[in-house]
Amino acid sequence: MDFFLSRYRSLTVLLIVIATQLLLIAYQVKTNKDVPLIRVWAVTTVTPAEQGLELVRRYTWGFVEDYFVLLGVRSENEKLKHENGTLKIENHYLKSELSTADRAQALSVFKAQSPSTTVAARVIGNGTGANSKVVFVDRGSASGVESGMAVVTPDGIVGKVVDAYPTASLVMLITDPTFAAGVVSQKNRVHGTLKGQGHSEPLVDYVQNEEPVDIGEWFYTSGDDRIFPKGFPVGQVRAARNGKTFKEIYISPSGMQGGVEEVLIVLEGVHQEIPEGVIASPGYKILAPPTVSSSDSQAAAGTTAAQATDADRLRQIYKQAGASQNHVFGEGTPGSKPPDFTKIPNLRGGAAPAGSANPAVPGQPGVASNSPAGPGGAAAPKPAAPAVPPPNSAPNKSTAGNSAVSAKSPAPAAPGQVAPASVPRPKPQAGTPIADPGPADGNPPSETTSAPAPKADRAAPSVPLNAGPSVPRVQTPASQQ
Amino acid sequence: MTEYTEHLIKAPRRDATDKARYVWLVIVPLIAILSQVYIPRFVSFLAYLELPLLVTVHYALSRGGPISALLYGMAIGLAQDSLSHQPIGMFGIVKTLVGYFAATVSVRFEVENPVVTFILSFFFYFFHQFFYWVLARALLGEAITFDAQQTLMFGLLNAAVALPLFRVLDKLKVAQ
Repeated sequence: MDFFLSRYRSLTVLLIVIATQLLLIAYQVKTNKDVPLIRVWAVTTVTPAEQGLELVRRYTWGFVEDYFVLLGVRSENEKLKHENGTLKIENHYLKSELSTADRAQALSVFKAQSPSTTVAARVIGNGTGANSKVVFVDRGSASGVESGMAVVTPDGIVGKVVDAYPTASLVMLITDPTFAAGVVSQKNRVHGTLKGQGHSEPLVDYVQNEEPVDIGEWFYTSGDDRIFPKGFPVGQVRAARNGKTFKEIYISPSGMQGGVEEVLIVLEGVHQEIPEGVIASPGYKILAPPTVSSSDSQAAAGTTAAQATDADRLRQIYKQAGASQNHVFGEGTPGSKPPDFTKIPNLRGGAAPAGSANPAVPGQPGVASNSPAGPGGAAAPKPAAPAVPPPNSAPNKSTAGNSAVSAKSPAPAAPGQVAPASVPRPKPQAGTPIADPGPADGNPPSETTSAPAPKADRAAPSVPLNAGPSVPRVQTPASQQ
Repeated sequence: MTEYTEHLIKAPRRDATDKARYVWLVIVPLIAILSQVYIPRFVSFLAYLELPLLVTVHYALSRGGPISALLYGMAIGLAQDSLSHQPIGMFGIVKTLVGYFAATVSVRFEVENPVVTFILSFFFYFFHQFFYWVLARALLGEAITFDAQQTLMFGLLNAAVALPLFRVLDKLKVAQ
């Protein structure tokens, strides 16, 4: 045995070690128990080293990793800066394009609505000269542009073509000192000449000091210069004062607000009417007119377009009164007897005509729908409610005392009577569009007497009041609304 | 100077050398085990790199003693078992056998030759994997498969790693 152990010592040790480990495994498998002591030793030995290794790795490799990450961040930061700059430039470009698109859309809308033949052009440069207010546009004679053509925008006139080249044209702006154009004011129809002053506000010259011009009033082209068609907006009055000979009226040009980028060259101009009423400033949106309610539409059903104002209705009353007395207006000789207008009932508005029990009942044709009777029966007639009495209707007794026309008035004159040479004009009274019944002698006003001008109603544009047939209202071009 | 005096002078240096050698005998397998459990976290295929096995083979081939080699292999194997979910003794038995056989064949082969080192490393890796598979099936009853082709491929990998590793370990031994 000793010989065997000494000769095969290593083999013996191997077998012992293997057997021991086999027994260890068998024990673990058999009892399903672990040998925690060996594991604890191993884990206790290895894990601190592992933690140290992880710590070293974290601070070394992490540092290296962060270094490379920071290198990447730096390059990414530069890339983002570059991209940000590119996006800023692109944003400015897109904003500019959007603005250009808006202007182009306005131009196209205006071009479609304007009766004039126009061609769109873009300003491509300025002219030389310190005081020269000229610009080059990218349309020339090849596009049909000729010298002397008007240059406008939807907001107003801009200038005129002074030179036309094949590919471009030179446009003199309305602010150029040598520019001139005929203009007319919207409200008072005051004619003048627009002159450039070299700055942003041109002058309207040759307007008499006596001519009324209001601040904020619009001036339009008058068409007198044979360059600008009539009816194009020029601008609003910024300042108006009396000068030595003529008024000094400075205009804020509406066509050059915010600079001039895209324009329209008027190849063939068509004169338009000067729009009536107050137009909105460019850039402001105005609402559509309110819809007429059913009661209003019923009340206005019996009213013709010619009776839209108090003056029209008053004239109609006088016409009916004359017709009832067989009087033909315009045929009477001087000195002939005029019709007896004192028999017109309800002149003061207090006497309702016979057959009209309640003048303020809405919904009845020819009866005011929104004109309540005032104290004492003095109801102010409303524009939309003409109370046209029957020609021979008797006045309402309850209101006859308040009426300027009573049953005691003289009988109407027979046709052919000579009217007095001098006929007093009825005095207009505020809030009462009723003419004075006339002198005590009972002479009624002649047919040439105009009724007092009624108050202009903003909802219904005023119609020029004259003895003749009603003048059709001038329609405001849609492009100038 | 007498022989005794000379012995007294040289004796402390030898003790220091032996102490350093023992330290390295502990540190090197510890690093190998640590590398095996740590590096695959980042490079998964390096889990097939059996550094503890290579350290065992190197120790058995260079030291020469079968008993010390099998004990060394057993210790490394048990340490591996301690860090695994297997019953303790599986790697211990395998590495015990590897240590013993490596120390046995080191007497017959010129282990300084790189080719021999490569072949022995490859053989012992294959033996190690195969014997582990046998033990797992025999002792634990695990129905695991043995992929010979993959084992051969990773055997070549381990043998390739063994060449520079053995050089480094030889230099450490010379330094000691």
